Amino acid sequence: MLTQFLTDIWLVYRSVFEFALIGSALGLSIYITLRTGLLSLASAGFMSIGAYVGALLTIHLHTPLLVSVLAGALAAGVIGLLLGLPVLRLSGVYLAIATIGFGEVVRVFMLNIDNLAGRTITGGALGLNNIPRKTETWHLVLFVGLLIYLFVRIDRSRTGRAFDAIRQDHHVAASMGINVVQYRNLAFVLSALIAGAAGVFSAHLTYFVSPNEYGFNGAVRILTFAILGGYLIWLGPIVGAFILTFLPELLRFLGPYRPIVNGVVLILAIIYLPRGLVDPTFWRKVWRQRGKPPSPPPLETSSEAAP
Amino acid sequence: MFWQQLVNALWLGSVYALFALGYTLVFGVLDILNLAHGAVFMWGAFFGLLAVTKLNMPIWAALLVAMLGAGILGIVLDRVAFRPLRKRNAPQLAAIISSIGASTILVSLAQGAFGAQVSRFPFDTLPAQVFTAGPVRVTLVQVIVFAVSLVLMAALLLFMRRSRSGKAMRAVAYSGRISSLLGIDVDRIIVTTFFVSSALAGASGVFLGLAFSAISPFMGAPIELKGLAVIILGGLGNVPGAILAGFLLAATEVFGVAYVSSDFRDAIAFTVLILVLLIRPSGILGTAVERRA
Amino acid sequence: MTPDAPLLQLSSVTKHYGGLAALNQVSFEIARGDIMGLIGPNGAGKTTLLNVISGLAQETSGTVLFNGGDITSLPAHRIASLGIARTYQNIRLFNEMTVEQNLLLGRHTRTRSGMASSLLLLPRQRREERQLRDDTAALLQRMDMLARRDAIAGELAYGDQRRIEIIRALAADPLLLLLDEPSAGMNESETEQLGRFILDVRNQGVTILIIEHDMNLISQVCDQVVVLNFGEVISQGTPQQVQSDPLVIEAYLGQEED
Ligand SMILES: Nc1ncnc2c1ncn2[C@@H]1O[C@H](COP(=O)(O)OP(=O)(O)OP(=O)(O)O)[C@@H](O)[C@H]1O
Ligand SMILES: [Mg+2]
Repeated sequence: MLTQFLTDIWLVYRSVFEFALIGSALGLSIYITLRTGLLSLASAGFMSIGAYVGALLTIHLHTPLLVSVLAGALAAGVIGLLLGLPVLRLSGVYLAIATIGFGEVVRVFMLNIDNLAGRTITGGALGLNNIPRKTETWHLVLFVGLLIYLFVRIDRSRTGRAFDAIRQDHHVAASMGINVVQYRNLAFVLSALIAGAAGVFSAHLTYFVSPNEYGFNGAVRILTFAILGGYLIWLGPIVGAFILTFLPELLRFLGPYRPIVNGVVLILAIIYLPRGLVDPTFWRKVWRQRGKPPSPPPLETSSEAAP
Repeated sequence: MFWQQLVNALWLGSVYALFALGYTLVFGVLDILNLAHGAVFMWGAFFGLLAVTKLNMPIWAALLVAMLGAGILGIVLDRVAFRPLRKRNAPQLAAIISSIGASTILVSLAQGAFGAQVSRFPFDTLPAQVFTAGPVRVTLVQVIVFAVSLVLMAALLLFMRRSRSGKAMRAVAYSGRISSLLGIDVDRIIVTTFFVSSALAGASGVFLGLAFSAISPFMGAPIELKGLAVIILGGLGNVPGAILAGFLLAATEVFGVAYVSSDFRDAIAFTVLILVLLIRPSGILGTAVERRA
Repeated sequence: MTPDAPLLQLSSVTKHYGGLAALNQVSFEIARGDIMGLIGPNGAGKTTLLNVISGLAQETSGTVLFNGGDITSLPAHRIASLGIARTYQNIRLFNEMTVEQNLLLGRHTRTRSGMASSLLLLPRQRREERQLRDDTAALLQRMDMLARRDAIAGELAYGDQRRIEIIRALAADPLLLLLDEPSAGMNESETEQLGRFILDVRNQGVTILIIEHDMNLISQVCDQVVVLNFGEVISQGTPQQVQSDPLVIEAYLGQEED
C-alpha cells in the first residue's frame, strides 16, 4: 500500500527530481562566484559549451558518459580560464555586463557555426536532438554529492576562508596577502567546470540541446536558485534549486502566467531575504537564542561602483 | 549600396540611441543598471498597439499613450523593485538582480495577456509610402522614426541642460546626498528620471514595432542586450555618449552585415561590448577610470 | 644587507589624486625595532602614506624599499607576504566572522595547503589547520583575549574590535606593523593600556609605524616621529623635538583656526 504510493510518487516526480539536481549543480556553479563577491551570469554559457561538447562526443565518437562529462567540463573550464583572465579585472556592474555579453556570444556562435563551417555541427537553431539518454538518476545524485564534498572541503581550507574574505572586503583581503585576482579566477574556473559538467548531464537527460535554452533566461533561472536559497553556504543554492524546480509543478493553475513565479521570487528574495533562505549567521543566531537581526548586506557596496 | 546602408544605419541607430538614452540615464542618475528597460520598451510597443487597434487612435496619439503608459510603468517599477533597496542602502548588485526579476514579471505578464505570437500594427497605420533617390529607398515609416527620435533626443538634452528638473537631475547624478543638502527633492527627481527614461523606451518600442512590423512579449530581450553594448560603448551614465554609440553600433551592424556576413550580426554587438570593457571600460567619451582588482 | 640597514625606506614618495598632491616628495626611514610615529593635521596625507606602503594605493612617483627589496610597484598581496601588516582608521574587521576566523585569515601568508590538499584529505593539511588554530589560540592567550575567540567580530565592543584588528595583523608575524589611529574612540585608561600593548608588540621584535593624534600616546611609545602637513614632511625627530618645532606648532594652530 505505502510502497505502491511511494512508487507512484516517484514515477510522477522522478524527472522533476532529476531537474532539481541539475539545477542544484548549476546553482552551485553561480554560488561559488557570488561567494567571492562576483555577479557572473556566465554559467548558462558554460553549461551550453559543456552540453554541446559532451553531446557531440557521444554522438560522433560514442564515448562513455563519464568521458563526455569530463570533456564537456574541461572545455567549459578552459574557456572559463581564458575569459576570466581578462574579464575578472572588472568589478561590479561591469563584470555582470561582460558575462551577459559572453553568454550571448556563445549563443550566437552555437546558432551560426554550421553556416560558417559549411556543414552540420551544432544543428543551428534546431540544435541536437539525437543524443542518447545516458544520464541516470544516481549519476546526478553522485554528481551533486561530489560537489557537496568539494564545497565542504573548500569551507575547511584556507581557500574557503579567502573566498569569504574577498567577498566581504577585497581590499582588506589583499592587504592580508590574499591574491584576490587569483582566487577569483579559481572560483570562476570552478564555476565553469561545474556548469559544463551539468550541461553534459542535462543533454544526456533530455536527449536535446539548443542554443536558446541557455540564453539570458537560462542565466537568470540559475541566478534565482542562488539568490532565493542563499549564497553564503553550499546548501543555499541546492535548497533554491529544489524549491524553484518543484514550485512551478505545484503552480500549474497559473497557466501561461507561470514564469512570473521566478520574477516574483527574485524580487521578494532580494528585498526581504537579501542573504537567502539558508543564512548561516541567522541560523547560528537562532541556535544561540539571540534576537538581533543580521546586520550589513553581504555583497560589497559602493566601493565597487567604478571598474 | 553604400548610401542605402547609410540610410538604414541612420534610422536603426536612432532607435538604438533612443532606447539606450533612458537606459544610461537611470544609471547616470541612480547608479542602477535597470535590466527591465527592455521589458518597458516591449510594453510601450503594446500600449501603442492597443491604442491603435482597440481605441482607434491615430498613430501620433498612440505614441503619446505609449510614452505615458511606459513612463508610469517605469515609476511603478521603481516603487516595487528599486526603492525598497535604496531605502536599505543595498549594494548595487542587488538592484541588478531585482531588475532582472521585474523584467521576468513584465514579460510573463505580457505573455499571459497577449500570448506568445507576433502582433503588428494594422497596415494602414501609416501610409506605405516609399521615397526613392537613385538607388536609395526609404520608407515613410523610417523617415518618421528617424525624425521623431531625433526630436525626442534633442528635447531630452535640452531638458537636461535648461530646465530646473534637468539640472537637479544632473546634481543628483553627481551626488544624491549633497543634492538633498542643497534642498533638491531627490525623490521627485528619481520619479522624473524613471518616467522620462521609460517614456523614451516606450517610444522606441512603438518605433521598432512599426519599422519591423513585429510586436511580441519577447521583443525586449534582444534590444535590452544590444542596449548594454550601446551604453557601455558610450560610457555608463553618459547620455551624449549613448546617442553616439547607438548610431555607431547600428552602422557597424548594418555595414558588417552588408560587407561581411549576416550570420554573426548579433555577435557584433557583444564582441564590441566585451572589447570595450576590456580596452576602455569608461566608453568612447568617458574619462579614464582607475581599475584595480 | 646589513642588520642595521633601515627596515623601511621611502624616497620622494608622491601621490596625486587628480590635481591634489596628497603626498609630495615624502622621504624618511624606519630603523629595525623602532616605533615611528606619523602625525599631522586632518587631511595631511597620513592614511594615504599607509595605503601607498601597503599597496592599496599606487604612488605617482618615488620608491619604497622594504627589508632590502623594492616594493614600489608590487600588488598589495605580495607586499603583505613580504611581512607588512596593517590596521585601518575605521576598523575593517570581517564583521560576520568570528574572531578566530579573522585571525586565521590574518595568518593567510603563513599557510600553504589550500583546496587541493583539503580535497584529498592530506594529513599535511589537517596538521596545518590544527597548527593554525593552536597558533591563533596562543596569540589570543598572549594578548589576553582568548575569551573572545568565538565571538562574532562585528558584535564586539569597540575597544575589543580595535585590539582584535591589531592582533589580526600580528597573526601574520609581520616585520612591520602599520597602525592607523589605533586609539581613536578610546578613553584615557584604554589608551594607556593600548600604549603598553604596543610596547609589548615591539618587544617581540616588530617594527611599528603608528599614525596618532594623541600626543601622550606618541610620547609614551615612539622613538621617532615624522610630521606631515599638506602631504609634505615638515619635521622629524624625537617626540620632544617635534613638539617644540615651531613649524609643527604652526601647522596645528593653522588647523584650529578653521
Ligand atoms: N581615494 C582618494 N581619492 C581622492 N582623494 C583622496 C583619496 N584618499 C585621500 N584623498 C585626499 O588626500 C588627502 C589626504 O588624505 P588622508 O586620508 O591621507 O589624510 P589623513 O592625514 O589620513 O587625515 P585624517 O587625519 O583625517 O585621517 C585629503 O585631502 C583627501 O581628501
Ligand atoms: Mg587618516
